[in-house]
Order: sequence, then structure tokens, then C-alpha cells
Amino acid sequence: MKIDFTHKQTAHCENGVVANLMTFNGHPISEPMVFGIGSGLLFCYIPFLKVNHAPAITYRVLPGQIFKKFAKRVGIKIKKEKFKSPKEAKARLDENLAKNNPVGLQVGVYNLTYFPDEYRFHFNAHNLVVYGKDENTYLISDPIMEGVTSLTDKELEKVRFAKGAFAPKGHIYYPIDFPEKLDLEKAIVKGINQTCKDMLAPIPILGVRGIKYVANLIRKWPKKHGVKKANHYLGQIVRMQEEIGTGGGGFRYIFAAFLQESSKILKNDKLDELSKEMTEIGDLWRDFALNASRIYKNRKALQDSFESIAVQLDEISEREKVFFTSLKKAIK
Amino acid sequence: MKEEEIPQDKSNLESANFKELCYAVDADGNYTTKKSTGWNPKTIALNNAIQEINERVNNAKQRVLKGETSPIEYYMELHKMDVPILASYVGMWSWRVKRHFKPSVFKKLNNKVLGKYAEVFEISIAELKQIKE
Repeated sequence: MKIDFTHKQTAHCENGVVANLMTFNGHPISEPMVFGIGSGLLFCYIPFLKVNHAPAITYRVLPGQIFKKFAKRVGIKIKKEKFKSPKEAKARLDENLAKNNPVGLQVGVYNLTYFPDEYRFHFNAHNLVVYGKDENTYLISDPIMEGVTSLTDKELEKVRFAKGAFAPKGHIYYPIDFPEKLDLEKAIVKGINQTCKDMLAPIPILGVRGIKYVANLIRKWPKKHGVKKANHYLGQIVRMQEEIGTGGGGFRYIFAAFLQESSKILKNDKLDELSKEMTEIGDLWRDFALNASRIYKNRKALQDSFESIAVQLDEISEREKVFFTSLKKAIK
Repeated sequence: MKEEEIPQDKSNLESANFKELCYAVDADGNYTTKKSTGWNPKTIALNNAIQEINERVNNAKQRVLKGETSPIEYYMELHKMDVPILASYVGMWSWRVKRHFKPSVFKKLNNKVLGKYAEVFEISIAELKQIKE
């Protein structure tokens, strides 16, 4: 059994699943649109949480939020379910496939057999689409992969019931109710408004203030933890920022693409200008990653070099502060 | 980033014949996507992280052989886990898992408890008890 589903590679898994499921249901939409309307862009330092034995920093909102907000803003309804028993989870999946309905699943990455070994970490907020079944093999459209792939029923059960932070618990989701036409104009404005609000929030670990906060942490790392650990921490920041799924520059380029597309839909030239500005900010993030990599590459870093990349982050924070303030004005 | 600037560096993705999607602007300033084989700054970061894991695994192994910790800690590191993740897989509290790292406590564990760990690590109880040197 195979549903006639078009797989399209995207940068990020959650955007990709939403965009591909929407397209299947007759409402084609781009990845940047999903990301922007769902207010995916963020910067946040998460205290008390360690990922791979290093501080956790995120360049995007929590898993699941993009789809949730996107759905609300364009007026579609999503059916979501989690399960205690793997058997029930499997039954619900099979039911949907039998009804010719491809579904989104949240899965853990560690046991995804088609991923390169080096990329298999205990990260539980990955998303993919199941679009068919051939005896005991499920047909998988994983948006970050170039082509479609497959998993056996045992392999699929394992990734659907991965444990740890953000355990998926068999999470299955799919859109069920669509308006006649998606109201993109209003949705775009809402999406942008929230991103501006989050990025400019008066919370020290969030948005542009969060970037400054991390810059100050970086300054303290070599003294506080020694160079080896400081290097490890720095490497983790670059991985969060640039690893598969971000589209480059900590999602800033995807956001710039969203502003460009939105400027045409809203007939607002200011957004096109701001898209160019965001591309430049994305380039600054890339420069930051490049300079950070020079530090953790040779492992004999000096305090000065940590100071210089912290200064770079301070500059990015200032640029983003100005940027989001003008963006807020541009859509009023 | 301009389309032609999208890095095409050698990376760990090559072994899996895999390319990732990046966003960039074309010559007319319009956004487009292009596949990338990898970028050195993040390949170095990933390789460092892998090396770090290998060091942790080796360190745990040495401590098991010296009788300072139980094989559970070694297998935990081998599977890139930390205590909260392992605790969640075996369905026990973190403090209990940590207690099982003590060789004296580990020795007295019954097969039911050992079986839980063995299942998560996909090994037999015999392999759990005796790590390979």
C-alpha cells in the first residue's frame, strides 16, 4: 500500500513535514512560509539543561510549536495523539494509511538506521512522514533526506518510543480540516509580530538579550571551565546553529526567505529590504561560527580569542535588536 | 549567503551519500535552495564531539577494569547516553541508576534488573557483566 505522496527535501524536519502534508492536501506552501507563520525563529539559552554535556542553546522554538501556531494562524485543524502502548500507536498509524492519509510522526534520532552513524544522538524531536506500508516495512518521507526511505515495523516502533527529554510517546499528527483558501496575509502578520515580541522580550536569556547573555558566558568559560571544556561548549553552540535543519546561519536565512516571499504577498517593499538585512545578519552568524571553529580547531585557545568572538555576538545582538524593532514597525 | 558561497566541504555526510539543504540568494537577489556536502566549521565541531564521546567511553572502560565503576556506566557512554536518558530507558530513578554504577551494588543485582539494562543496550546479561578488554 503506497499513498501518492510527493517527497520534497527541506532544510528543517518540522517545516518539511508540515509543508509536504499541506501540499498533499491541496494547499501547496513553502518551507519558509511555514517557518515564518509558525514563528519558528528564536534565540534562547536554556539554563539547567545540558545537551551532549554542554549548555543548551536554541535558535528555534520548541518542537511542535511551529505546526501548532501555523495551523491556528492559517485556520487548519490538526489531529494529534500520543500513546502509552506501542501496539495502539501502530494500529492508529495503519488505520490512517489504510484511509490513504499520510501522517506526521515525532521520532527519536538515535535509532534512525538510515542516518549516518555520526549523526545519531539522543535527540527526540525529529519529524517524518509515513506514506505507505509494504508488508512489515513502512515507507518513510524524511524531509531532511534527499529521497524517500523505509523502516521496518520494529525499527519504527523503537524510534517512536525513544526515551529521554521530549520522548515522542508515539506522537502522531495530521491536518484534518481546511478552510477553502488559506488566509496567508493575516497569518504572516501574526507570525512576524510574535517573532518580534519574542526576540525583543525583556527576559535576559531570550532573544537579543539572550545573545548578549551567551556572549558573557563565553567570556567566562576559559577561566571557569578550562580551555578543553570551553572549546567543547563552543563547538556545541556551532552545532546547534549550523547542524542539519537550520538551512544555515541559525535559521536566519530561512527567515530572510520568508520575509522575501511575504513582501510579495503583502505588497510591502519594506519587508524585501529587511530580508536583505536579515541575510547580512545570517552572514554574521556564519562568520561567528567560522571564527569559533578556529578556536576549537587548534585546542590551544587564548582568553583573547574567546573575548573576540564574544564581541562578535554582542554586535549580532545589537543588529538583531535594530532589525526586529524595524520589522515590528514595517507591518503596522 | 550567496548561492555560489554555499560550502561544499568534505564531511561525515559523504559516507551516507547524503547532502543537506541550504538557503541562499541567487544572482538576482532571490532566495533559493541548494544542496551542500558539508561545511568545515561544523565538521570539526562534530568530530570533536565524537572524539569527546570516545574519550568518555575509554575512560569509563578503564575505570571498569580498575573496579571503580560497573559496566553499566561503560555501556551508557558507549550508547552516547547520560544518566537521565538511561534512567528513562530502564524506567528507574536517576539515583538508582547511579547506585548501580557501584561495583559492590552491581555484583548483587538480580537478573531482572540486569535484564532491563541488557535489553536497552541490546546485549546479553553475560556481556553486561563482563566487558571486553
